[in-house]
This record gives sequence, structure tokens and C-alpha cells, in this order.
Amino acid sequence: MALDDIYKETILDHYKNPRNKRELPGAVVTKTKNNPLCGDEITVSANLEDGKLLEVTFQGAGCSISQSSASMMTEAVAGKAVDDAMGLAANVRGMLAGEVEPDEGAFGDLVALKGVVKYPIRIKCAVLAWDVLQDAVSETDTASA
Amino acid sequence: MSERQDILDGETIKRDFPIFRRTIHGKPLVYLDSAATSQKPQQVIDAVSDFYANHNANAHRGVYTLGEESTEAFEGARAKLATFFGSPDPRTIVFTRGTTESLNLVAQGWGRKFLKEGDEVLLTDLEHHSNVVPWQLTAQVTGAVLRYLPLTDEGQLDLSDLGSLLNERTKILAVTGMSNAIGTITPLGMLIEAAHAVGALVAIDAAQLAPHHGISVVELDCDFLAFSGHKMLGPTASGGLYAKPEHLEAMDPMFGGGEMIDEVFHDHSTWKPFPHKFEAGTMQIAQQIGLGVAVDYLSALGMDRVRAHEEEITRYALDRLLSIGATVFGPKDAAARGGAVSFWFRDLHPHDLAQVLDEEGVAIRAGHHCAQLVMRRFGIPASARASFYVYNVKEDVDLLVEALAEAENFFA
Repeated sequence: MALDDIYKETILDHYKNPRNKRELPGAVVTKTKNNPLCGDEITVSANLEDGKLLEVTFQGAGCSISQSSASMMTEAVAGKAVDDAMGLAANVRGMLAGEVEPDEGAFGDLVALKGVVKYPIRIKCAVLAWDVLQDAVSETDTASA
Repeated sequence: MSERQDILDGETIKRDFPIFRRTIHGKPLVYLDSAATSQKPQQVIDAVSDFYANHNANAHRGVYTLGEESTEAFEGARAKLATFFGSPDPRTIVFTRGTTESLNLVAQGWGRKFLKEGDEVLLTDLEHHSNVVPWQLTAQVTGAVLRYLPLTDEGQLDLSDLGSLLNERTKILAVTGMSNAIGTITPLGMLIEAAHAVGALVAIDAAQLAPHHGISVVELDCDFLAFSGHKMLGPTASGGLYAKPEHLEAMDPMFGGGEMIDEVFHDHSTWKPFPHKFEAGTMQIAQQIGLGVAVDYLSALGMDRVRAHEEEITRYALDRLLSIGATVFGPKDAAARGGAVSFWFRDLHPHDLAQVLDEEGVAIRAGHHCAQLVMRRFGIPASARASFYVYNVKEDVDLLVEALAEAENFFA
């Protein structure tokens, strides 16, 4: 079934059992953004220390692609240096644009999003959480600069 | 059910539309997104093709056979549209790319010239963004104030405060005739009368109404009526604006350029008489000719039968969707609404639904339908929307319902 190209087991799993989907009391940064295409809204909160993401959570409602991408992201970037997390964000975007072949070790579950490349209109869903994280983190740069 | 001859047979009509010969993922196409754009019958496709193959020349310019043929066909389409909308005067039809451009023409050409600071423009929470944003742009320039008629929980216009919202400061009421998001048909006759009673003009967004409902601008007594050809079997970038002659006379053009002028001097120009003063540059000649053939097609079906057919399919769709537990937004009475049926099914996101349905050959719309005011009123970011037209049959609804069950299983 061609649908499996886009809806991998991993995606459905993160959609049905989202990780780190909750408020983050005392978060250093919180940012909300919506997907103008469908109105879906995602809030990402993060705690940082010494340029490192300690904990990342998300909230909001959306389609299986945006929700699972957000869920995977919170797992993938926790404990990473901000620069490394942004590097991963760039690579995820690259994968969704069909320009970057994902490194399974670095990507983990995120590899499941690769199939979205065939559905251009859904790419915006998949990158939404990453956009929010990037915005949130860039605000801390400005604040600390 | 009676087998009256005056019921349209969607299956027969479908044969006029070549797109229904193709398959999607190996399945027959079930097209349920006519509120976004309609499919085109062979007659319209042939008309566009015939124009380019046999008559192509710019209109209103060449003093040669082809130029005359092109001009005659283009102006002939204008006359057909005037007749279709019940206007006795073809000059009351200005060609545009569609409803969006037409509403911008009213908001700019009329609004920027006649609205002053403190004047009020009355809109509604049902409006498509193209009947909101142009007025916001005009309000920024003129200082006019925008007011909105709210919606009831059923998705009807809430008229309880009409008396205060429509007042002596109101200069224009801009309202949809049929909601693209939730199907609501608005009480235009009563609204127009109430607006005129306080001296306000009325602009109607007929993007959805015109394809599905017979309209007489004379009977309605509306001041402006905007329509899109591509939603009524015509080519993309066809459509227009009907306006009463006195408004077309008084309005400023929105675009300057070739063919809209009478004389050009260094410091000023004079315009051609309407409608041509609003038609700068080379127009959508082939498309508007195609639209003329589209309204021939609709007139042959009969707009009363088009409406009856839509009501019948919509009633069936509402019944089926409600029976499987879908949440339907907007009026539940098919007689009070058009064929755009917005819904949520279980808690499946519209994007996911649309994706799984596509796998079954079923095309529905998922999103906010350019009507975020409506979505916000019902507390949803988006909805799934099925919409119907002359080529749809009840079996299309059955296939939709089957595909919804597939989707439910998939995400269970």
C-alpha cells in the first residue's frame, strides 16, 4: 500500500503515543507558530543551559505528520548542543526536500519522515515543529547577546 | 423517490467531463472539491481550443477578420453572462480573473473613492478571505471601520443586532450568498432591503452562489455581484463583476494601461466608457469565451434543476455523514444550504483524512478554506470538506463514506 510510504509504523506510533507532549514549567524559551496552510498550531518549550538543550516539550494539535515530527524532534534534540540541534534541523529539512540522504544513526526515528518528500504539500506539516524550535532558540541568542 | 424527468442525472452529465475517464491510484476519480474549482465539460475545453486554433487575435484592436472574430466572441460572452445573471445590459458585466479580483475592484475602485473616515463597512463572519482582506486594505487607506455580522451555532448569520450593525454610517454591506466553508445560504433579499433602507450599497460574493443557484441581479436589486468562472464549469481566470451602471460610471479604474483609455496626455488620461475602462491590457479572451459556453451548458441544464440536484445530493451526504458519527459544521437542513459540507470525522485530522481518501480516488479539501473567521467561530483550525456539483451522484457519497471507514481503520 502506497500510504505506507508516508505513514510508517514509526509515524503512527509517535502520533498515537506522542513523547514529551506537555507543558514545561519554568521553560527558558517557549514559542508558538502555526501552519498557515491548515491552521495547525504547535508550541515548543525548552530548557537550556550552557548552549545545551536539556529538555524539550511540545503542545498543540495537528495532523499525524506534524504531531509525530514534533514528538520525534523532542526526543532527538534533548541533550544536544543548540548548534548540533540546528544542524539536525537543517538536515531534516534537507531530507524533506529530497536533498539530504538521512544518516540513520543521527536521524533515528526521524528517518520515517523521509516518505513525506513525495507529498510536497505535507512538507510544511513536517517542518512546523522544527521551525518553532529554531525560532525559540534564536530568541535566546538575541537575549544573551 | 419519484423518477421525475426534471431531476438531473449526474451519471449522464459525467460523460461530458473527460477528467472522469482517468483513474487516481487505480481507482475511478470521485471529485468532491467543486467548491474549490469545478471540472470542465468537453464543450468548454473545445471552445477554448477552437479559439486558439481558429480565431486567435487580440480583441478590440485588429482591423482584420481574426480580430473581428475574437472581439465578437469576447463581447458575445459578456452578453451571455449578462443574460445568465438577469441583467438587461451587457455593459454591466466587467470581466475579471474571478471573484477575488472583482471584490478588490469594488473595494478599491468604489471604496477608495467614496469611503471616508468613520464610514462603516459591514461584513460577516461567514466571509471568504477575498471578501475581508480587500476591505481591510481599503479601510487602512480611507479610515473606514469594518464591522461583522456574527454567526449562530447553526452557522447562520445572527441577525439579532442587525439594527445596530447596519446603521446610517454603513456605506456598504459586503456579504457572501453561499458560504464556501460551511454551505450556509444567506437571506440576500432581506439583507439588501435592510441595507438600502439605511442608504448602504450591497456587494455580493457569489463565488459559490452563482454556480449552484439561479440569480437575477434585477430581482435581487444588488449593487455589485462578484463571480468566478472556474467554479461554474468555465476556465481558470474567467469571471467578472456585475454592477449597476451608475456605480460603474462613478467608480475609478483599478488598473491603468492599454485599451482602457480614451485619450492619453502627459499629465492625465481619459477613460473609455464602462465596462472597458476597467479592462486594461490584454484580457482573458479565450477563458471568457469558454465561460460563455459554460453558462450555455448550465442554462441548458436549467439552474433550477442544478440547484435541486445539489440539494438532493447534499441531503444524502448530510444523512450519511451524520449517521456514521461525523461532526458537520453549518446548517443541517439541505434546503438552507449549498453543497459545501465541512466536517470532522472521529478525531482524524483533515489532512490525514484527505491523504487516505486520495488513496481511494476520493478528492476532498482539507484546510481552513480561506475562511479563518468561520473556523475560529467553531473553534477548529481546519476541517475536511466535501462539495458537490452537477456531475456528482449519490454513489460518490457512498464511496466517500466507505473511504472514511478505511481511514478510521488505518489510524485506529
